[in-house]
Amino acid sequence: MSLDYRRYLDETALPLMWCPGCGDGTILKALLEAFASLGLERERVVVVTGIGCWGKADDYIRTNAIHGTHGRALAVATGVKAYRPDLTVVALMGDGDCATIGGNHFIHAARRNIGITAVVSNNLNYGMTGGQFSGTTPAGSKTSTSPYGHAEDGFDLCRLADAAGANFVARTTAYHYRQMVRLIKEALLEPGFAMVEVASPCPTYYGRLNRQGSAREMWRSLKDRARSVGEEGGEARTGVAPGQRPDEEPRSKPADVIVTGVLVRRTRPDFAARYSDVCRRAMKEGGGEAQLDAR
Amino acid sequence: MSRISERQILMQGNEACAKGAIDAGVRFFAGYPITPSSEIAEILAHDLPSVGGKFIQMEDEIGSMAAVIGASLTGVKAMTATSGPGFSLKQENIGYAAMAEVPCLIVLVQRAGPSTGLPTSPAQGDAMQARWGTHGDHPVIVMAPASVRETYDLTLACVNWSEILRVPAILLMDEVVAHMRENVTLPDPRELDIHDRPGPTLPPGHPDFRPYLPGPDDVPPMAPFGQGYRYHVTGLHHDERGYPVHDGAVAGELGRRLLRKLERREADIARVEWVWGPGRGDRGPRPPDGWPSGRDATVVVSFGSTARSAEAACDLARSQGREAILLRLVTLWPFPDAAIVEAARKVAPGGEILVVEMNFGQVVREVARAAAGQARVRHFGYVSGQLIPPDEIAREIGGRGRTG
Ligand SMILES: Cc1ncc(C[n+]2csc(CCOP(=O)(O)OP(=O)(O)O)c2C)c(N)n1
Ligand code: SF4
Repeated sequence: MSLDYRRYLDETALPLMWCPGCGDGTILKALLEAFASLGLERERVVVVTGIGCWGKADDYIRTNAIHGTHGRALAVATGVKAYRPDLTVVALMGDGDCATIGGNHFIHAARRNIGITAVVSNNLNYGMTGGQFSGTTPAGSKTSTSPYGHAEDGFDLCRLADAAGANFVARTTAYHYRQMVRLIKEALLEPGFAMVEVASPCPTYYGRLNRQGSAREMWRSLKDRARSVGEEGGEARTGVAPGQRPDEEPRSKPADVIVTGVLVRRTRPDFAARYSDVCRRAMKEGGGEAQLDAR
Repeated sequence: MSRISERQILMQGNEACAKGAIDAGVRFFAGYPITPSSEIAEILAHDLPSVGGKFIQMEDEIGSMAAVIGASLTGVKAMTATSGPGFSLKQENIGYAAMAEVPCLIVLVQRAGPSTGLPTSPAQGDAMQARWGTHGDHPVIVMAPASVRETYDLTLACVNWSEILRVPAILLMDEVVAHMRENVTLPDPRELDIHDRPGPTLPPGHPDFRPYLPGPDDVPPMAPFGQGYRYHVTGLHHDERGYPVHDGAVAGELGRRLLRKLERREADIARVEWVWGPGRGDRGPRPPDGWPSGRDATVVVSFGSTARSAEAACDLARSQGREAILLRLVTLWPFPDAAIVEAARKVAPGGEILVVEMNFGQVVREVARAAAGQARVRHFGYVSGQLIPPDEIAREIGGRGRTG
């Protein structure tokens, strides 16, 4: 069996559609590398995406793929996983897909603890539609729909997933390639709901509108700001989101520290395990036909 | 050989729907509770797990429709059930199912709208939404049962057609049909005509496998995820490999094919029932030959529970010496144009087609379009939270409201 990530890459679809300096290409490679290192059978993987720049990743992936509707990747993935718990189901979402239009599915997938691996590219804005603000955009940020500075705070995706009950919650950045591969790999092995948030640069919109310098400088800043949990500055349990410091005054620039690594690990039984108990009880109680007829 | 006796059961329409779904082979339900459809979810939550099926209550109707699509792609017959407010939320993903050709059943138990409306009262105000609710030209099948037994039959028919043609099918019920209890005799499940989606003709891994290569009937055979095949599904315009394309010619042909696959089978799907008397033999797919005898006849067109009132109204009108016949639309879409053309021919020039529906004028527009000016077409209907009584309809037959 080849462990090469290219086995999962559709090279005929290259070049990648993403802008130079975008983080999404690196996240794609890390994802495929994680597939390769686990030796996943391509026919037994279903990648579900929403709509967005990161939501186009499915075009390059040689597994089964569903390019769904904006915000609904997790709900589609829930249908796949609920009926076929034996398949590896991966949802690829932007911060818009995951935490804004799809926020309801996100918290419920985490609560339900259904065995989906969510890989979220958090670039603090809507890349695909031209850099409008999303549910993770920090207060004060300039975006194409907050030209005078954003009036709202953004979500911390990891805290959200934690509070909703996800079994595995981790954060990394597009710069930290090896960590990213390792975290995605761990997430893929988790039977319950797993989320890996990747802080990713969007130099074309968020970076430009917020004067974060060149793409190169944005990547360097991801490197400089990252602290693994446990390291000095990285002590918070679910840490500080790449875009904000929730307990502080709104700031016009992203947080100084991005806490990375595995932030939450739980062993709650996953949906498939619990639902198979339901099926066993239904069989024992005789369910079906007899009950309906007596109704 | 021993034969399972026919199953005679007192049940409501929603139960017949759940039962029909299981007998049709549905093994996945995702939904969100809403009156007057909730019993369908409750029964399936109870019954699916013991027949190898799965039930999931999602966080909303958008998610329910999305989960149905995801499950159906793994090869299972999948459904959801809702009422107007939930149906509105499902629209984007119903269009996705039409575009990506994902078989699914959507049960829509109508209540009075718009908005939250009258949650526990009947109406037929979603007839047009069932056809045109999602954006873009798209294929869809809509069937409207008028009785508990027919709810069972049409649930089966919707699942069958949805699978055969890979289109979303909508069972358009209304509160009366859903909650009404009737004594029904259900067929032996082993004698049912059950259809599955067409399976791929090439083995997994074959280099020529194209997931969206249509067969001679314009329907692409469907490979289930997780059984050795590997492919890409999208709501974007796509080619035979299932990958997005920007080529106008490919996009145009896809749009045409999606409609064409239904048009080919229109004559089989678009069913009606003519009713010309109270007896069991006084009904059939065609009107009786000698009808009408005079020049002042009325064809009453109706569907769903309203057709029950309309049928009684026709009996009443006939007993008072007026010539009336009921044309009940069993299928709403594809629209039974041929039956309307026939109705127009029968009543012209002195009579009329009276369209009775529990709304302020929806299906009447389709009837007028199909009649194409060959007969007078008039609407009678309103929404009051109650069925339209037969005597009111009878008064309209050859009577009040009729102008030359
Ligand atoms: C229902 C719906 N609303 C809006 C859109 C338009 N739209 C497409 S992608 C997108 C935002 C994408 O942002 P995000 O999910 O953060 O992904 P990114 O492009 O940044 O990777 C929007 C608003 C849509 N496709 N569907
Ligand atoms: S717009 Fe932003 S997110 Fe989209 S490809 Fe360009 S850099 Fe990446």
